[in-house]
Amino acid sequence: MSASDVLVLAEIQREALADITHELLTAARSMAAATGGEAVVVALAPDGSRFAPALGAADRIVLVDDPRLAAYAPGPYLAALEAVVAAERPRAVLIGATSIGWDLAPMLAARLDAPLVTGCKEIRVEGGALGVTASFCGGKMMAEARVAQSPAVLMVLPGSFRPATESGKAVVERRTSPVPLEAGPVRFEEFILPEAGDVDITQQDILVAVGRGIQQKDNLELAEELARTLGGAVCASRPVVDQGWLPPTRQVGKSGMTVKPKLYLAFGISGAPEHQEGMKASDLIIAVNTDPRAPIFDVAHYGAQIDALELLPALVEAVQARKG
Amino acid sequence: MNLVVVVRQVPDLIEPLEVSASGTALDYETASFVVNETDDHALEQALLLKESGGGTVTVVALDYGEVDNTLYTAAAKGADRIVKIARADDTPPSPAASAAAYAQAIQPLGPELVLVGIQAHDELDGVVPPLLAARLGMPYVGVIRGVKRGPEPGAVSVCKEFPGAVMARLSVRLPAVLGILGAEQPPRYVPVSRIRAAMKTAKFDEVAGAAPPPASRVEVCRLYPPPSGARAEMLSGTESELAARIAEILAEKGLLK
Repeated sequence: MSASDVLVLAEIQREALADITHELLTAARSMAAATGGEAVVVALAPDGSRFAPALGAADRIVLVDDPRLAAYAPGPYLAALEAVVAAERPRAVLIGATSIGWDLAPMLAARLDAPLVTGCKEIRVEGGALGVTASFCGGKMMAEARVAQSPAVLMVLPGSFRPATESGKAVVERRTSPVPLEAGPVRFEEFILPEAGDVDITQQDILVAVGRGIQQKDNLELAEELARTLGGAVCASRPVVDQGWLPPTRQVGKSGMTVKPKLYLAFGISGAPEHQEGMKASDLIIAVNTDPRAPIFDVAHYGAQIDALELLPALVEAVQARKG
Repeated sequence: MNLVVVVRQVPDLIEPLEVSASGTALDYETASFVVNETDDHALEQALLLKESGGGTVTVVALDYGEVDNTLYTAAAKGADRIVKIARADDTPPSPAASAAAYAQAIQPLGPELVLVGIQAHDELDGVVPPLLAARLGMPYVGVIRGVKRGPEPGAVSVCKEFPGAVMARLSVRLPAVLGILGAEQPPRYVPVSRIRAAMKTAKFDEVAGAAPPPASRVEVCRLYPPPSGARAEMLSGTESELAARIAEILAEKGLLK
């Protein structure tokens, strides 16, 4: 253990290691190289050794085995993580900006009275401090910040670092939780999987995506018509699903689906980091938005600054004309 | 059920965001404010819980960013009580300072359930709901989409959202703080006439703000808008010209079959 180590929380969702873990390891390795410490990953799960082979980019793999960590609940997870951080006393704790991370990172920071930065995209070691570039305001503002106090708790936006492929020392340390883990007032009951029957947007080659700019449910028909013309399907960003206009199975982004179609046409989507996370690997992205500063244009290959509702019918006609 | 909802004002992202002269903070003087979207969902969820099984809904807000309009709207939607926390200036305090102020105002209310939007988009160095839970000494869970009473007395059943449209159902023993991502249904529409009526009848309980906590340990050195259109090749023209050009690109890429 060393005050120059960088600790990564391995994210385990439904018995699988989430990709963000490998991205966090890249960041941790780079930071540890600058601090002279180690990249340490902690996995909270019963029989965590099954995840160790995939965590080889770390210098140390700390496995906290406890049956109460079988499914996520904030109480036991926080108690176990806090105990590991207290024992390791790292320079920083890296946690993904995920469903679990949005609970644990701020709760850990509150428990430790530690500084927290959300939306981290870049992390630098600057002498005794950490320099962080973070995104906020829905991706419309960036901040460069400096954190001197240890440990810093940094919530990292998925997609900010390439997944680690290097090998570390990968020393495995099995530990029982140093504190008794109790079920607590928040208890896991069950996973609810999406209902089968709807279109699987992860399997579509062409997606017509709509966001807040679609304005009202009736306008969805414009997108449906374009999707039919192109032989694709309609999907959406979170506000459209929040309104109940499309089911959650059509949502693209952090809390929805991750898609990689041949064509992603984004209409009236600003492109917050949470949305980009689910679509930026698409082969071809064409974005349409009235706001020239919309972050969606940062990941699009082509952009058009125009009202989606004006362009949609014209595009249906143009595509039909092209197809004859 | 004694329900408390925290409502925050945030800069409207439809309008351009400006950086203050210091270069290290948002220029809130030029911003137009709207209610934080997830807080609006938190209010809706609280109203649904009240309607499904009784109770009271108290809305708590800090006084900045034209909050009165939002509070009158909350009253028109069905909030039973409004608590407004005084502010020395018209800008949002840090997440830690906000949480301290909310906790001081909420503690005497003795809530069974506190609902707060998972995040306000202008928060950078903290997340209010878990900080508030820590100050209230209550358990916390966030990224919640949907809350129901039960299954046993003194508990609620919540859905926590995971990737892939997967939900985890959790039981939460009360009292507790929940970070709301979405309500079970979209926030209700309320006609302007009812908001105007609320302006005449609704009363705000005004309370003093808490002493500010120590300064943030995160030093913001520079704020800047991200470079826009860094990758996109921007197309121009009328809608028919744009449509023709996009169709041409799709044809070139072999995407029209």
